[in-house]
Amino acid sequence: MSSRRSSRSRQSGAARISDDQIADLVSKLQQLIPEIRNSRRRSDKVSASKVLQETCNYIRSLHREVDDLSDRLSELLDSTDSDSAQAAIIRSLLM
Amino acid sequence: MTTTHPKNPTTHPKNPTTNPSSVIRTRFAVRFLHAMKKLNKKTPPSRRYHTIRAAACASMASAVGPRRAWSRAILRKIRARTLHDHLIHKSRNHRLITRRKSAGLRGNPRDQEEVGFRQEDDLRGLVPGGEGMGFCRLLSETAHYIKCLRAQVQVMTNILDHYSSS
Repeated sequence: MSSRRSSRSRQSGAARISDDQIADLVSKLQQLIPEIRNSRRRSDKVSASKVLQETCNYIRSLHREVDDLSDRLSELLDSTDSDSAQAAIIRSLLM
Repeated sequence: MTTTHPKNPTTHPKNPTTNPSSVIRTRFAVRFLHAMKKLNKKTPPSRRYHTIRAAACASMASAVGPRRAWSRAILRKIRARTLHDHLIHKSRNHRLITRRKSAGLRGNPRDQEEVGFRQEDDLRGLVPGGEGMGFCRLLSETAHYIKCLRAQVQVMTNILDHYSSS
């Protein structure tokens, strides 16, 4: 749908501007993803599809980490009684 | 997490308060901790995991506010779900949502262009609200989404460490 739109615009005159924008955004993403940032030389150009692939993997791993943290937090809440938990919360809000 | 007082960000002497990532961490932390406090009183232990995860997602979307498409998408979903729970129009909402998803997500399979469309579709599925936007927009939303996810993980880890040490 929108991917069809962007491929059509690539053929028209406005396409060159959006290609540059895309390259710019892809390089920004590249810097955010630790795997690509750490394992590759900065001067080496990584293919855009590789960046997208790694981005998807990174987002999935972040989601998993959030799930895992929520799990541990719920276990922790189960094991503490409500008074000390609230005290900890208040302390961290005020810190 | 930087030790800033969440109520007076501008009066704190240290500069980290103006750092955008620490601002978002603070906003998220306050909302998430409020949600956790409420949760402690009335949620049965079996629902805690789901409630905490949903609270993390909602707190982050609320901390970012409506200025990003992905946070708007999450806030819309939450509002729609709350309405849905109140009105109990389960079958109607479900049909609408599945129709919208199938229209946007699985486009025609194409030959590999400069950017593979399969990865783009995957990315659209991962970023909230990603299905309705152009490719450029998708990339910039993704970058912001990743930054916020990282902030979320940092804050939750800090809270966990704080809890387990006290």
